[in-house]
Amino acid sequence: MNFEEWIAKPLLRKFGIPTLQGKILDSAQDVRIHFQGPSVIKAQIPTNSRGKLGGIKFASDVNEAVQEAEKIIGMKIGGHNVSRVLIEPQVLIEKELYAAVINDRKRRCPTVLFSSTGGINIENMAEDGSGHMYSCTVDILQGMTKLQATSLARNADLGNAEEMVSEILLSLYSAYRSLDAELLEINPLAITKSGEVIALDCKFVLDDSAIIRQPSLANVGGVEPETELEKEAASIGLQLIELGGQVGLLANGAGLTMSTMDAIVHFGGKAANFLEIGGNSYTKAESALEILLKLPSIKCLLINFCGAYARTDVMVKGVIEAWKKLNPNIPLFFSIHGTGDELAIALVRSELGVKPFEYMDDAVKAAVVATMNGQQ
Amino acid sequence: MILRGHHKIIVYGGTGRQGSFWTERMLEYDTQVVASVNPRKSGTFHLGLPVLASASEFKDSFDVALMFVPPLSAKDAVIDACEAGSKLIICLAEHIPTHDVMEMIAVANSFGALIVGPNTAGLVTPGEAFAGIMPAFNQKIFNSGSIGVVSRSGSLGTLVCLNLTKHGLGQSSFIGIGGDPIVGLNTVESLKILDHDTRTNAVVICGEIGGSAEEDAADYASTMSKPVIAYIAGKSSPAHKKMGHAGAIMNEGKGDYWSKRISLEAAGVAVADLPSEIPILITAALRQD
Repeated sequence: MNFEEWIAKPLLRKFGIPTLQGKILDSAQDVRIHFQGPSVIKAQIPTNSRGKLGGIKFASDVNEAVQEAEKIIGMKIGGHNVSRVLIEPQVLIEKELYAAVINDRKRRCPTVLFSSTGGINIENMAEDGSGHMYSCTVDILQGMTKLQATSLARNADLGNAEEMVSEILLSLYSAYRSLDAELLEINPLAITKSGEVIALDCKFVLDDSAIIRQPSLANVGGVEPETELEKEAASIGLQLIELGGQVGLLANGAGLTMSTMDAIVHFGGKAANFLEIGGNSYTKAESALEILLKLPSIKCLLINFCGAYARTDVMVKGVIEAWKKLNPNIPLFFSIHGTGDELAIALVRSELGVKPFEYMDDAVKAAVVATMNGQQ
Repeated sequence: MILRGHHKIIVYGGTGRQGSFWTERMLEYDTQVVASVNPRKSGTFHLGLPVLASASEFKDSFDVALMFVPPLSAKDAVIDACEAGSKLIICLAEHIPTHDVMEMIAVANSFGALIVGPNTAGLVTPGEAFAGIMPAFNQKIFNSGSIGVVSRSGSLGTLVCLNLTKHGLGQSSFIGIGGDPIVGLNTVESLKILDHDTRTNAVVICGEIGGSAEEDAADYASTMSKPVIAYIAGKSSPAHKKMGHAGAIMNEGKGDYWSKRISLEAAGVAVADLPSEIPILITAALRQD
């Protein structure tokens, strides 16, 4: 779950990291009331790269500020509609740094990242040679040590600011741990002409698996743009991703579902969706199928079950219920293996009069061919 | 380590509905389950096995802890298992907070124990033992043989073993490493285990998009004398979306299908376009050997 800057910054302040006191506004006319001098106007969306896409503007007088806010509010950036801007005073910057704490997949522990070059696109930094990223891995049982923070800060040749920056790195690590962050990033972390150290931006990604124990954050996090059907699926605990193809797909397990999508493309078709009912969702086949059959683009349905934990007989019963209730006028193809498969296959034959394919590839091919009927 | 018939297993949460179902299957398979842990039912018996408040009651007289506990209880259960001397801890739950996972791995490391998972379907040594939620008992899917299978996904791993068995290629070991972004036993370490296993003649890596497990595995595979075949799910997946598994996400050009495929092929690993091609590639590689 991603958080907008105006929500993330007060969280940093709670951990003693200075930020600017901005104003969040949803109307450009309100900028006139709150304008107090040269300002930065920033689109508030839970996503990356808004600067590059015109979502951050500088204004030196009030009319300019209103004009820029008018342009930004209502923009669409990365699939998000901008409905709010954060207006902050401009500051005179001496130096821009970068600091972040991430869940390090490879090293299986937290890693603190720090660079003396901030304010730029960190992903491209290594490629264009514009700065060096320093990192240190943290023993999660011990926490980040004062020595680690000082050693990282020392890399940037900061003079008097070194102590403040190293304190901020320690605070950032504490915030990352308390907030169950997947990523907590300050870019840029600015040293101002007057010698203050301020987090000018903040990117916070909450670990989705930890939302359950961060109830105060759950309600203020940004939602990914999703379609009505994706929302409907989410409301019953299923993840649907609309893909725009013609083969409606229901499978169990993330790996098998991705693999079936790939096989559909391999044989010349395209899946209409990703929707999996593995794990504890295997009892939700009926409601999953009811949602899936509402996808406007589907011309046939492909069911691919390979049950381990997920019992294929239970899933097939759900499919049969939904199919009989809605009686859709499209062909239906099955491949069924694994836990409960003998009963599942017998049910499909007797209740729907359909014979499941022995091989997944044959079921996929048949489904792709069915979408081509009637086309040139 | 590869799960063996002599390993003694304690099942955390083995008294629940799913825990009971799978414990019964494991017992039928002659896997040595010796006790369950459930503090609220300690002192009783379930499925003929003692129910413990803590595995410390069996300290150093078991090898493996299998966790059917819910996500937010997993960390405490892992600490209990480590303190009781468990060498291998298999963690099935999905949606354990990642900070807890990192703590679990750090605790296990400090005790010299190994975590498999989380979000794994478990381990199967066909014909010998299994621990987890895989249909080891279904002989159309699992058969003993000489192919080692490493998989991030339980469902896809099941399909791959089914395809192997259909072609008369039995398995020496199925290792489910789990679909989370951070897991204990990783793909490279699994390859090392199978490389040193005398019963394994060839290895299948069943990977998916997200992270760099397959790229890292490619480096190790190039040093192996046994043939390695790979399949990677998610070629047609959109970017920036978590594809069911928390770990299956492509971001900022990292973790995509082609990065994995190119790394593996450069290391001499043949990559199958479809799961059904895996047995064909294995057979060809073994013939060359």
